[in-house]
This record gives sequence, structure tokens and C-alpha cells, in this order.
Amino acid sequence: MLEVRLYLAQRASAAIMAPLVLIHLGVMIYTIQGGVDAAEILERTRGSFFWGANYGLFVIAVSVHAAIGLRNILREWLSLRGIGLAIISWIFFAGLLMAGLRAVAAVVIA
Amino acid sequence: MKPHRQQPLYFAFLLHRLSGLGLALFLPFHFYVLALALEGNAELDQFLHWSASPLVKFAESGLVFLLAIHLFGGLRLLALENLPWSNSHKNYAAMALAGGFFVACGFLLRAF
Amino acid sequence: MPQQSSQTILDVVTWIQRHLDAGLSYRFACRVGMCGSCAMMVNGIPRWTCRTHVNKVMRDNSLTIEPLRNLPLIKDLACDMSEFFEKWTDSKGYFQGSTTRHDPVSTLSPNSPQRRVADAATECINCAICYASCDVVNWNRDYLGPAALNRAWSLQNDERDSASAERLSVVAGDAGCHQCHSQQGCATYCPNELNPTASIAGLKRMVAKAYVRGELGAGGKGRQGPESDA
Repeated sequence: MLEVRLYLAQRASAAIMAPLVLIHLGVMIYTIQGGVDAAEILERTRGSFFWGANYGLFVIAVSVHAAIGLRNILREWLSLRGIGLAIISWIFFAGLLMAGLRAVAAVVIA
Repeated sequence: MKPHRQQPLYFAFLLHRLSGLGLALFLPFHFYVLALALEGNAELDQFLHWSASPLVKFAESGLVFLLAIHLFGGLRLLALENLPWSNSHKNYAAMALAGGFFVACGFLLRAF
Repeated sequence: MPQQSSQTILDVVTWIQRHLDAGLSYRFACRVGMCGSCAMMVNGIPRWTCRTHVNKVMRDNSLTIEPLRNLPLIKDLACDMSEFFEKWTDSKGYFQGSTTRHDPVSTLSPNSPQRRVADAATECINCAICYASCDVVNWNRDYLGPAALNRAWSLQNDERDSASAERLSVVAGDAGCHQCHSQQGCATYCPNELNPTASIAGLKRMVAKAYVRGELGAGGKGRQGPESDA
């Protein structure tokens, strides 16, 4: 059952991220012209519920998605199994989630 | 590469996996940079000025390519698994690759 | 060795055994693409050797013929097929009816959507070419593999079969359908042009639905050795 759950979490997080990635790509291509500076980014994000929710959801989904993807690679290409595999995957998930939420807080909370 | 792997949808798999790995390894760095904003605009700006150099912009367009190709390739997989079967997946994989290049080129054109 | 028109890889192997190495071991039976016993790696690609013409696969005037990939070797070109067939039975790749000889024969419409799906996956000859072409089998020795899962999908769509729930819980196990990465090597090389990847995608959907509805049993007992994940 573990594999079914991981599969579903992987696909669900992918489906959640699809529109978020499109927005991310659009914003990047739009803002890159003329260079980006901190004031420009923070003006858009600081105190914005929309961007906070957008990036917050993005970070949660990407942490799940990347950790499961990395787990597949470790399992299939490096033959990692059992508790070692579980520990590395969970650490990667938790690390990404914390670093990501901290980054969102940094750009959203005034 | 082993002969049995020399078929388009294996390359699509490999591209999806390697782009995903690249993005996963880049994310911690990305988050670290954004969190610099916690220490004030000056810290973040210092990094952003560094990233304005042409070489870094090229590297960034590489990341944009990875993100776009992973998005389009992932949409193809979601369609493969959840929609009625189609025999055109080689074409879809080629379209995903072309889409990735298109987006990355768009980014480069705007960056310079 | 003498070249002949319409010469097959199996002809080449047989000629070698008769003229060069009488001890050469290999497997074949029907020679017409029915039995599925003569599959080998030809220039690195799994093929049914009785229906593969030399002039179609020769590269730079040379041929490399090897035993099937992903299976333990017995001798020369003969592999041990045990794990391939064990996985077939582990995934309940056999029909299980609920009626007896005293019941009337069930009527099936060959045109019902479900029957069409079952029929599309049914012409497997157990040659293990898909198994040899599958990288997931290579990376995860427990993985049930394309042939067994394709068979399971066919049976899941057979309205007379009565083991659907148990079979679904096995294919949903940690060695089951969710391991597939849709590389489609199986579909690329299947000599009967079946598409196990499409069948496995169907199983993934079926399992997902059952999971969401809470209908999935504990299952996955087949091939869950100490090597598999916790």
C-alpha cells in the first residue's frame, strides 16, 4: 500500500503544481526584462494573500513531489532500500518544506 | 547506451527524471536565496545583481528549460495514465521538448 | 555460415549447433511465432528469433545473439523462466470462475467496451520479451513486470472472473503496477504488438479508484520478500 499512497501523492502534487508552475514561468518571463531587484519582488509579494497562498501551496506540493521523485531515483539507480531510503526521503522532504516555508515567509510577511 | 533503450519514450523518461533531479537539487539553493530577504533588501539585491551577469542568465534559462520540460513531460504522463489511451505519445514527447525550448528561448529573449 | 533468403535468427542458432558447437543450448518449439519459447537478445534488443529475419537486424555485417536480459541464465542461450511465470501466478494471472458445469454458458458480447479492452491485451505468448526490455524489472527485482500485469488487466476486464478484488490488491502491492514509468520498451518490442504500458495505466486508474473508495484490501502478498520496502 505504501507504493500506492506514494504514487497518488506524487500525481496529486503534480496536478496541483501544474497551474502554479505555469504562473511561475509566466511571472519569471514577465519580470526578467530589465532585471529584477529585491524591491520589485517584495512590492509584489509583501502582504499579498494571493502570493502567500500561491507560493505556500507550491512549497508544500513541491516538497512532497521532489521527495518522492528522489526516493524513486535512490531506489532504482542506487539500490537503496528499507529504513535508509525512508530516512533520506523524509529528511529531504522536511528540509525542503522548512526552507521553502521560510522563504515564503521572507518574501510575503512584511 | 544499451540498444533496447534507444527509443524515443526512453529518452522522454530520462529527460523527465534528470530534469526533476536537477530541479530538486536546485530548490534548496533557490529557497536559501529568497530567505535572504529576511535579512533586508540589501542582502537579496547583492545576489540579484550577481545574477544579472550574462553567464548566470544563460544558466537561469537552463533552469527555466528544466522546469518547462518537467511540466510538459509531467502533463504528458498524467494524460497517459488518466485519459483514454493514445498511440501518439512519441509525438507528445517531442512536443513537450519543443515546448521546453520555446519557453526557455522566450525567457532568454526577455532577459537580454 | 551460408546465407539464405528469409533466414531467421533461429536458423542461425540451429546451424551453429549442428555444425560448430553441438553442445549449444537454446530453446524453441513451434518455429512459427506461436509458442513464445525462442526469444533472445539480438544485437542488444529482445526478439522472437523464429520470426526475426537476419537481413532485417544485421548491423555492420555482424550479429550478437545473447540470452534474454533480466532472467537468470541456465546455459548458453537458455534462461531460467521460473521467476517470470511465478510472477504471472503471483499476480493471479489466471481465470477464476464462479460458475460450474451445471450453470448455463455465459453469453459475452464481443463488442462491449469492457470485452474490447480485455481482448486487446489477450494475445500474449509468454515470450518474456517485454520482461527483458523492462528497466523497472532490472531496477526492482520484485516488480511483477509487464506481461503479468498485462494479463491481470485483461482478467480484470473479464466480467466472468470472480477474483477481481484479490487480484487488484496484489497488483496494487509494492511490487505492482505503480512501479511502471511508462517507458514503453515493452510495447516497443512486443512481437504481438500488445501494449502492456496501456494495460498498466488502466490498472493504475483502477487501483486509484479502489483506494479512494476504501475498497483496496491489505493485499500485495506475492513476492514481498525481505528485500522489498517496509
